[in-house]
Amino acid sequence: MTIIIQNTSPLPIYEQITRQVRAQILSGELKEGEMLPSVRALARDLRISVITTRRAYDELEREGYIQTVAGKGSFVGARSQDLVREENLRQIEKLLSEALKLGKATGLGVKELSEMLALLDEPEN
Amino acid sequence: MADAIHVNGLVKKFKHFTLGPVDLALPQGCVMGLIGENGAGKSTLINLLLGLKRPDEGSIEILGQPAQSDSAALRQQIGVVLDIPGFPSVMRAAEIGKLLSAGFPGWDGEKFRSLCEEFSLPQKTTFGNYSRGMKMKLSIAAALAHDPKLLILDEPTGGLDPVARDEILDLFYNFIQSPDRSILLSSHILSDLEKICDYIAFLHEGKILLQGEKDGLKETYGLLRGSRSEIDALPEEAVKGLRKTESGDEALVLRRYCPQAEPVTLEELMVYLLRYAKGE
Repeated sequence: MTIIIQNTSPLPIYEQITRQVRAQILSGELKEGEMLPSVRALARDLRISVITTRRAYDELEREGYIQTVAGKGSFVGARSQDLVREENLRQIEKLLSEALKLGKATGLGVKELSEMLALLDEPEN
Repeated sequence: MADAIHVNGLVKKFKHFTLGPVDLALPQGCVMGLIGENGAGKSTLINLLLGLKRPDEGSIEILGQPAQSDSAALRQQIGVVLDIPGFPSVMRAAEIGKLLSAGFPGWDGEKFRSLCEEFSLPQKTTFGNYSRGMKMKLSIAAALAHDPKLLILDEPTGGLDPVARDEILDLFYNFIQSPDRSILLSSHILSDLEKICDYIAFLHEGKILLQGEKDGLKETYGLLRGSRSEIDALPEEAVKGLRKTESGDEALVLRRYCPQAEPVTLEELMVYLLRYAKGE
């Protein structure tokens, strides 16, 4: 598991951790059943506080991505990859419908919006 | 979760200075940073916690026992590093180890030796001829060698260079790998505290100005850089500190009024609340 904390990021540290763990579960870098470092070991590695780290793990556990077994540690939960995928799809749907709404208010239809999307996807030079 | 330190209504009066009333709680397994200006009462508070001074009012419990009890079992469980390390200046590290082993039944001579080695402390130099950094490292090695449950440190990183501070920070992280261990440390080097601390207690003129989870404080407060009109447009209660300049203003604000505010460091928080405080 690789976590990179940016002190200049406007995102709170615990959220930087949860996002990166979710992304690594989705990409398959973190596999089902894989053990995560302990809260205190991760706090030491990242040079952050124990409470911050615990908060990130608690959140991931509440959302069902990881499971903590007392005395053993925290593990990537079953089907968590699907879970991240579903959650991301939900997010995409939400953002696209907002874009659609804004497009309509501006007089742009689905066709123009798709063109815009395709344009955005082109690599910048 | 039991508290490693629990202070209730603590008051200590001196001729020109009164500490308290102070209420403080450090849950077991956590790290608390005590911050404040020189003379705010940090060392006085630490001396009271250690039973080196007697309070006029209030109570202190350390690891579930009254701090004033002269119990050897309690002393055994606390590792102490004071601002001015006080070992006999004619002694060498090994002799200091021998001296301390007599005072602490749980003394781990091997651990003390390996810590001294890890810190590259010269064996032949006497304590009096150590640099400030070496003295501090030796004190920390001595505090850790009797396997305490609680570390109380007054300015442990004061006067140390960044490399030495980094080594000491690692030691603290290693110490708290076991969840029954806790640390209280005071420091001026707020960037160190920024990393390791779970809780912050902010002393000012003998009173606790602010106390809480570090993450909570950082979520509550933010820094807004902008024009005067931008800052004036905020509600009165949103602005906690204000630094005015010809080239624009900087304000310490409550983030719930002002989500665009940037994250604030502990150092900025302290400076704004003390030097640029507004409304009080």
